[in-house]
Amino acid sequence: MVEVNKFAVKLGGEAGYGIAEAGKILAKVCVRSGLYTVVTNEYPSLIRGGHNTAHIRVEDREIYSHIKTCDILIALNKETMDLHMQEITPNGAVIYDGAETKIETGRKDVQLCSVPLAQLAREAGGERIVRNTVALGAAFALLQGEFEMLANVIQETYHEKKGSKIASINKKAAELGYSCIKEKYKGPFRNQFKKEKQKQSILLDGNTALCLGAVKAGCKFHAQYPMTPSSGILSYMAQQAMEYNIIVVQPEDEISVINMAIGAAFAGVRSMCATAGGGFALMVEGVGLAAMTETPVVIIVGQRGGPSTGLPTKTEQGDLRFVLHVAQGEFPRVVLAPGDPAECFYEIGNAFNLAEKYQLPVLILTDKYVVDSMFTVPMFDQDKIKIDRGYLITEKQLENWNDFKRYQFTEDGISPRSVPGQKNGIYKAASDEHDEYGYVNEDPENRKKMMQKRFKKLELLQGEIPEPKIYGDKDADIAIIVWGSVKNQAREAIKLLAKENIAAKVIHYLYISPFPAEATRHLLKEARINLLVENNLTSQLGSIIQEHTGIFIQHRLLKSDGLPLSPEEIYLKVKQIRGAYGEI
Amino acid sequence: MVKFEELNTLNPITWCGGCGDFSMLLCLKKAIVELNLEKEEVLCVSGIGCSGKVPYWINTYGFCGLHGRPLPVATAAKLTNHKLTVLAMGGDGDGYAEGTSHFIHAARRNIDITYIVHDNQVYGLTKGQASPTSDKGFLTTSTPNGVLEMAINPIALALSAGATFVARSYAGMQQHLIEMIKEAVKHKGFAFIDVLQPCVTYNYKNTYQWYQAKVYDLQKEKHNTSSLTKAFEKALEWDDHEKTKIPIGIFYQAGRDTFEEDHGQIKKLPLVKQEINKIDITPLLKQLQ
Ligand SMILES: Cc1ncc(C[n+]2csc(CCOP(=O)(O)OP(=O)(O)O)c2C)c(N)n1
Repeated sequence: MVEVNKFAVKLGGEAGYGIAEAGKILAKVCVRSGLYTVVTNEYPSLIRGGHNTAHIRVEDREIYSHIKTCDILIALNKETMDLHMQEITPNGAVIYDGAETKIETGRKDVQLCSVPLAQLAREAGGERIVRNTVALGAAFALLQGEFEMLANVIQETYHEKKGSKIASINKKAAELGYSCIKEKYKGPFRNQFKKEKQKQSILLDGNTALCLGAVKAGCKFHAQYPMTPSSGILSYMAQQAMEYNIIVVQPEDEISVINMAIGAAFAGVRSMCATAGGGFALMVEGVGLAAMTETPVVIIVGQRGGPSTGLPTKTEQGDLRFVLHVAQGEFPRVVLAPGDPAECFYEIGNAFNLAEKYQLPVLILTDKYVVDSMFTVPMFDQDKIKIDRGYLITEKQLENWNDFKRYQFTEDGISPRSVPGQKNGIYKAASDEHDEYGYVNEDPENRKKMMQKRFKKLELLQGEIPEPKIYGDKDADIAIIVWGSVKNQAREAIKLLAKENIAAKVIHYLYISPFPAEATRHLLKEARINLLVENNLTSQLGSIIQEHTGIFIQHRLLKSDGLPLSPEEIYLKVKQIRGAYGEI
Repeated sequence: MVKFEELNTLNPITWCGGCGDFSMLLCLKKAIVELNLEKEEVLCVSGIGCSGKVPYWINTYGFCGLHGRPLPVATAAKLTNHKLTVLAMGGDGDGYAEGTSHFIHAARRNIDITYIVHDNQVYGLTKGQASPTSDKGFLTTSTPNGVLEMAINPIALALSAGATFVARSYAGMQQHLIEMIKEAVKHKGFAFIDVLQPCVTYNYKNTYQWYQAKVYDLQKEKHNTSSLTKAFEKALEWDDHEKTKIPIGIFYQAGRDTFEEDHGQIKKLPLVKQEINKIDITPLLKQLQ
């Protein structure tokens, strides 16, 4: 049975052999052909050597995550075959270099496509590093794609990055790989690529989406010290700095980063910073400073395996509690965890508005899976990002302002904000508890009122926080409860369940602080089976739900082995729970 | 142009009587008046310590941040609005212990701000522990057997880090201090002043009398401020200060592009004045198709 425009390709090999690059090229070809892709990468924390993979999943309808299997495995070394042969679907294929690697596998149902990758790379005028492109050409031939389409993207990619010579070597390499398959493997391969009409869609990772949203939202200052998985933000923002007039600084450490972000926001611009757990640990005191001085900052925290240096390049959801409780003392904060590029883009726009409207730190919690994987999504509508700077006052408003109080006690707890340089708006921003002018004040009555003032903002804020979003059949009696990027795999899992007429829905938490307790109470009553799925060991969302609603969710699928959850795992877990209830 | 009285605030001062900080506050105000600045165009950023309280008692914009962290805040504020006159200030614990790395990197960036350290060679606010500039052997509550470490040399540190204006002053010589602050503010680039500031409560050793007898003015000696080598020579005298004298004045001054100047983004308009409502990211989105 032929399957058109539904396939997955996995590339594997040593770090430094262009695995991710090749994956990106294939994905781009697919997107240009009107298809949807998800590209996921797994790699260790080193520059050369070690085992790297890229998984490119393609369909002609929207897809959200990777899957465990692939139809074509491109093995640039033996290790790839040893590790991933079992992931190939029946009647799938493996592309490898028979001159270098002997196949030792019991799998008779897999088409073995030996292509002299190293030799063809040399013939194309390239080094061993070009084997990835030869293999890409071979895979594209198996899929019966038109060579021109691949050639165009290769040309564009390498020309831009490496110049015309490297581009033509790579094109030649792809062509040789392509012809080799055409000559040697005649029979039609089960999975086929067919160009469709190009759609208005884009291919990007979560970090890029965050940056795009930030640029559009008028972020003018970005500070960051590199740390996986957030480093992409620093380079992307730096590349746009001149064109979009943004100051991007790479300071001496994350303590400086957060204090700079606060300094810029205090001085009047929209400002953000980004890091991962380790760097965020250094920022802890600064987050409290933003809260105490009521300075609006947006802080992106990319999760990876912890504790400590942990698993630098692997995904995890272990930092939710850390972010929710970060810094000494009690203060309100917004915590959100976008799960896909669209959420990254639109919600960072909202994050800047919330930060300025409520004059507090907004923490965006991402994870390696969402920021490092590439997804095909409908073209963003940039006009949806609106700018609301809250109670930021102008020089004109201050002209006749008598007795300006930056931390004035108000109905809603939100006070007028002036910026240095404005006449009549002089005040002190203090990390100490202070009075309405910002002067240190330890009087118990004042303290009480200031604490209340800061927390009062939550009342208004709570009403603005979106409720958890439901995907799938609202009335389904199985609910899969997730936060952050796990929504992608959960959405795929309900597709798998639907094939067996099992109705399930996904309840996705995007905003976690302030916590939508009311909505949660209702939502959790609706389904018969609630299943929590988290990429951590201790079910941090589960404990937060329990804390706020008293509801203990018994069924859990938790994973903290450094790998993302897969749709198949979630599907199996649901089946298992149903089985325990006596359902098949 | 601000008048002296306009720089006062109503907030009561809490320093110990006789503290060198009084004199430093006074000199800062006088310098601002003599420089003909507008009060709303001055931003004072401090850390935490007795010295960190200066912004409360001078009527300009103020940011009293975290212990050791005034420089990053001041740096970013200056980048955001380079029309402001930005002064960062703090103690020797603040700047030479907790915030050492920021000190080095601010100097290296040559951001156009003035950094004034209230160097009393002891921790004031936390009640008298040793500081990085405490003399070796100095007895404090945290060093009952005397400080074991050699004292940091702030001037040499600033010079090696690339500061383009490096000076020392003494809180007991107000006219000198006013001049130093004025020169530092006028200087284009990172201007650093280490101010010897007697702590009358916790430093029994480095007193007014002690400093008075030790300091001598470099400018009266016709010190060549454009020579880095000469500056280092003079800076190193600090390491022997127990036995010899302490130079005050400008050690070194040089011209170098500032961090703001190297940011083309703010050539036309300060960052804070830039319009953010009509940003179009279409070209960036197109690249992703
Ligand atoms: C992160 C942190 N650590 C410690 C402290 C406690 N602390 C406050 S001020 C200070 C040192 C004060 O000495 P110095 O910076 O020399 O300033 P001075 O009071 O002498 O002016 C310390 C350790 C703090 N506020 N924050």
